[in-house]
Amino acid sequence: MRHAMPLTPLQKTLWAAAMLAAAGFAGLTWSGAPGASGPSNVAQDTFRPEFRLEDAAGRVVTSDDFRGRYLLVFFGFTNCPDVCPTTLIEVAQVMDDLGSDAAQVQPIFLSVDPARDAGMGLAEYTAAFHPSILGLAGSPEATQAAAESFKVFFAREDDAAAPGGYGMAHASALYLVGPEGDWLRQYDYGTPAAEILADLQARLQGHLP
Amino acid sequence: MKLSISALLAFTLCAGVVQADPIRQGNLEVDGAWARASIGASRPGGAYFTVRNLGNEADRLIGLSSPVSAMPMLHETTVSEEGVSRMAHVEAPEIPAGGALVLEPGGMHLMLMELTGPLEEGGTFPLTLIFETAGEVTIEVPVLSIRATGPEE
Repeated sequence: MRHAMPLTPLQKTLWAAAMLAAAGFAGLTWSGAPGASGPSNVAQDTFRPEFRLEDAAGRVVTSDDFRGRYLLVFFGFTNCPDVCPTTLIEVAQVMDDLGSDAAQVQPIFLSVDPARDAGMGLAEYTAAFHPSILGLAGSPEATQAAAESFKVFFAREDDAAAPGGYGMAHASALYLVGPEGDWLRQYDYGTPAAEILADLQARLQGHLP
Repeated sequence: MKLSISALLAFTLCAGVVQADPIRQGNLEVDGAWARASIGASRPGGAYFTVRNLGNEADRLIGLSSPVSAMPMLHETTVSEEGVSRMAHVEAPEIPAGGALVLEPGGMHLMLMELTGPLEEGGTFPLTLIFETAGEVTIEVPVLSIRATGPEE
């Protein structure tokens, strides 16, 4: 870095354009918008995400285990120092503010880097943000299947500047699954905790599905 | 940005450690530094600060060192239109004349890789910033809760 050549404004613009193009391509290669490739036997925009993964103690946890409760699902990895804590902090705030309604919402941190996370104290990581957050990891195949089921994108990207030589690009939204197991909506990255809370409360009081 | 251990030691020994906030170095002012408590030392820590440029010429942050991390590095979080987040290494960011370099959650952040020990809430650690023009300055970074979202008021 000390030998870095200053970039001219034109070079900066070209780099920015190239990065935007690369990001756009990455997004397009996986046509990930919900509904774009949904199961054909259900109405548009209605689908039931499924997963079969393991908690930190190695117990098998499946999507069916949570029927009757709302699921707040985030895909991430524990070596992520910025986006993941930011989102988990918001989830923790929502869980605190739900008060007695918190029992009806299960937050889940679904690891997109399971091999590394499983060996690094996933439960300790999630509990540091909020004791209610359940960290799940599984085999690469089960993780891929879960992501596809939620129609979300993640990919390992080699990066010499990342811990262990790689980082994970991943969908950064929070996903809400209803008591019947239906995908209800996503909260985009950066949605304030108060907004998520108000939406959840409206659902818990029966004003929204 | 990875500095040799000897360079790191030299910085630690030579740079004057100052506590008060904000800290002036040449035309630059460093303010609002904080780090998030880490869980153990096996995952990277995250820290944030703001550098304001009170001068008439741009400067650049060309180096970083801290005894708590063998590999401190600036990264920027980007979230694509599709909502996919990534991190990119930022090299030698500019602090424009009259402007500021702002590190904050969800944007640019200091990633403290290869921690030499856990960052414990309530503690502080020195962080040396090396600027192209203003030279180097060492600040004390307070470690806040893992649930902190900004510097302490």
